[in-house]
Amino acid sequence: MTRPVPGAEAIDPDVDLHVPAQRTEPQGRVLAAVAAGGAVGASARYGVALLWPAGPAGFPWATFWTNVAGCALIGVLMALISEEGRRSPHPLLRPFAGTGVLGGFTTFSAYAVDFSRLLDAGRAGLALAYAGLTLVAALGAVWAAASLTRLALRGRGAG
Amino acid sequence: MNWLLVVAGAVVGAPLRYLTDRFVQARHDSVFPWGTFVVNAGACLVLGVLTGAVLAGAGSSRLALLLGTGLCGALSTYSTFSYETLRLAERGWKFLAAANAAASVLVGLGAVTLGSQVAGQLFA
Repeated sequence: MTRPVPGAEAIDPDVDLHVPAQRTEPQGRVLAAVAAGGAVGASARYGVALLWPAGPAGFPWATFWTNVAGCALIGVLMALISEEGRRSPHPLLRPFAGTGVLGGFTTFSAYAVDFSRLLDAGRAGLALAYAGLTLVAALGAVWAAASLTRLALRGRGAG
Repeated sequence: MNWLLVVAGAVVGAPLRYLTDRFVQARHDSVFPWGTFVVNAGACLVLGVLTGAVLAGAGSSRLALLLGTGLCGALSTYSTFSYETLRLAERGWKFLAAANAAASVLVGLGAVTLGSQVAGQLFA
């Protein structure tokens, strides 16, 4: 594995420590933006879970759609932030909306616990289907959303 | 009240994910997103322990909301994981993208199982 080309776009949407400006210690306002966004995102996730409770042996649709929607939204957000170029986004936009809201909204731990719960309930087939379907849908959502947003931005730039 | 417990957990979990990611990313030079990988695996282990403890009767539903839904939920992320996997694939590191997806899922599922088994026996 090699060091990324200097100036190359970050893979990590939260931090690119190859960018010297990002190597400085995080400022209090960045941490506050991440915390505030996390509170918003987690509250929304909790709300979805209350509206759409999954039984002990049922397919966890709330976690599934929360994760898929959050992945689509980060695709849109990152395409807007990294490709709009001309106008640099507000420095707290990514910490708040990306790291905070979408990071707090989506969850990997509940996904793993859902799988384990289905397995304990004797529903191995459903557990495997849930694990695979979430992964495929999440990756498909981030790809489709980022691609469509880039297309839209390009179309607007050409017009 | 329940909602406040979730928020209290999340205002700690989200910045903790950000700081852990920075800490890990500053300590390696590869393009593999170890920061998110570590944070997700850690959150899965903690949530596994919590789930095992609650099932064994050692944890309350309030604790589950604070530490599970709030802290672990905000500490772990699916959106950053999927975006980082997409960027690896788009930049030509297709093997690393597939490895990240497979390893994150397998390690996450394993961490939950390990955590809940250990806690289930400890708190039984």
